[in-house]
Amino acid sequence: MVDTSRSPTESSGFSRKLAALIIIIYAVVTLIPITWIILTGFKSVTSSITYPPEVFFEPSLEGYVNLFTTRTRQSQEYLEALPPPETWYEELVRSREMVIAGPSKFFGRYANSLIIGFGATFLSVFLGALAAYAFSRFKIPLKDDLMFFILSTRMFPPIAVAVPIFIMYRKIGLGDTHLGMIILYTVVNLSLAVWLLKGFMDEIPREYEEAAMIDGYTRMGAFFKIVLPQATTGIAATAIFCMIFSWNEYAFAVLLTQFNAQTAPPFIPTIIGEGGQDWSAIGAGTTLFLIPVMIFTVVLRKHLLRGITFGAVRK
Amino acid sequence: MASIKLENVYKNFGKIPALKNLNIEIYNGEFFVLLGPTGAGKTTTLRIISGLEQPDRGKIFFDKDIMNDVQPAFRDTSYVFQQFSLYPHYSVYDNLAFPLRSPLRKEKKEVIDKKVTEIAKLLKIDNKLKNKATQLSGGEMQRVSLGRALVRNPNIYLMDEPLSSLDAKLREELRIELKKIQKDLNATILYVTHDHVEATTMADRIGVLKDGVLSQIGTPEEIYDNPNSIYVANRLGSPKINIFDLGKTKIPSKNKATHAGIRPEDISITNKGHYDVYIETVELLGAETVISFKSDNINGMILTQTSDTFEEGKKIKIALNNKKMLYFDNNGMRI
Repeated sequence: MVDTSRSPTESSGFSRKLAALIIIIYAVVTLIPITWIILTGFKSVTSSITYPPEVFFEPSLEGYVNLFTTRTRQSQEYLEALPPPETWYEELVRSREMVIAGPSKFFGRYANSLIIGFGATFLSVFLGALAAYAFSRFKIPLKDDLMFFILSTRMFPPIAVAVPIFIMYRKIGLGDTHLGMIILYTVVNLSLAVWLLKGFMDEIPREYEEAAMIDGYTRMGAFFKIVLPQATTGIAATAIFCMIFSWNEYAFAVLLTQFNAQTAPPFIPTIIGEGGQDWSAIGAGTTLFLIPVMIFTVVLRKHLLRGITFGAVRK
Repeated sequence: MASIKLENVYKNFGKIPALKNLNIEIYNGEFFVLLGPTGAGKTTTLRIISGLEQPDRGKIFFDKDIMNDVQPAFRDTSYVFQQFSLYPHYSVYDNLAFPLRSPLRKEKKEVIDKKVTEIAKLLKIDNKLKNKATQLSGGEMQRVSLGRALVRNPNIYLMDEPLSSLDAKLREELRIELKKIQKDLNATILYVTHDHVEATTMADRIGVLKDGVLSQIGTPEEIYDNPNSIYVANRLGSPKINIFDLGKTKIPSKNKATHAGIRPEDISITNKGHYDVYIETVELLGAETVISFKSDNINGMILTQTSDTFEEGKKIKIALNNKKMLYFDNNGMRI
């Protein structure tokens, strides 16, 4: 016999199917540009600028080769005089009547993005957690005003203070340095981190730390051993927000970095300038650029979904 | 273990006074119960002793040492919270081992292992050591919480209604177990409860708190037989003491007393009784029976052990044991 009964709190099959359909449509719509840029990365340069655009095309790694190399155009005679190409990418470049002159700057810019992105995220979450804990637990004079002040740093677009920051950074030698960019992104992220984390800290019962302090731990010890692990959900959420901001930030990166600490976002568009509209290289660069933040979000997602474990304290 | 002394302790939360001039001395090796309803200041007292809360005024002594400015960790108390407050990201084993691993103690692995296993056996949670703290039933959680307190030898054990969230049977078991452990360890325990049964069964001495003021201190017998006010008399005993307004009954007054009290077991049903009453309800509690009675000028409860059956609505005669009668003035204080 088929059991057709269902719990009244559970949604019916139809409404669940409808919800799934809506989500799928939404996902497809938002994913179209991303899919397009990923596909562009696998087109040849000529195919990437064909009009009307090609949905079906012969995949090519030209974009990736162009992304990682700098090339010079050579005459037919020069190319014929060369020994045969040793690698598949040399062959690919020569078929476009060019030779590889050396590696591009992409790898270094990408590494800068990683250092600055993760550095700023770690610092924002760490400082944010300490501040949020203090705001959550201690009697601080003018607490509400201070919280508002912290929030007010985000009431104007950060770029509004670009000029003073640019001058200041040049004077103190932080311009075009990793440390400078980490500090800048931390400052921008910190208000969000404090506000988000304070909410999570408020939810953690004080009994945990009190028990730990009685069990022979200092407040700092109790914070690291007991409070922080309890705030995992909040920390994961905050880290994702901070990471996405630092990773994608463009305006300050253009303004403040040039050689030493330039991140990937201002670098990728410069590809256009070098010998024609190389959309496939941009597609390739953007695809690679998406990967770390995607992995980061997916890794932290399980902490987000796990929910908050208050089970061991009775409310 | 140490003796604990609170001297003239005051504590306000904002404008609300929680403790008003509290003086208590808890002797070494004593099971001291603080009894009082919600809001009487019981938990505040524990928190002040543990160092989680600073008194506004007054001194705290452990033996002869003044502890006011000592951090909670260095006071070396152990605390069982009313809410279980187990560390949810740890296993039961790690919860029990947590105090032993603290920077203050840093016990060796073998010592921790031995102590944790011992205490887990004692509290019958040894088969749950690998469980996460969140995968336990309420009773198990509370036993782990007790275990975390008992795993070391602090100056004093502070317990804040540790059994209140358990079911009756487990509560009874743990009550006996706790008293036994206390005797075995010769431990100093300050135990807070609003449950008079816990107070009378476990306490060496009871302190009755009312609105942040200590009403009376004494052994359970002293408090039960000789309460100094109606308030204290009401705190112990089930069913509660019968309090009669002397202006409305035929009970003879004494020394300008306005109220008289008598415990339900000191009223007997006898044909020689002076008062004619009706039986209102009959509650059979196994060996004992609780009868509530009513008449024009007197009503109350009787606790009797007779096996006679009683019918509701029936007329009976009752006698009050005058020797056990307690008299109170119009402020509710004992005369």
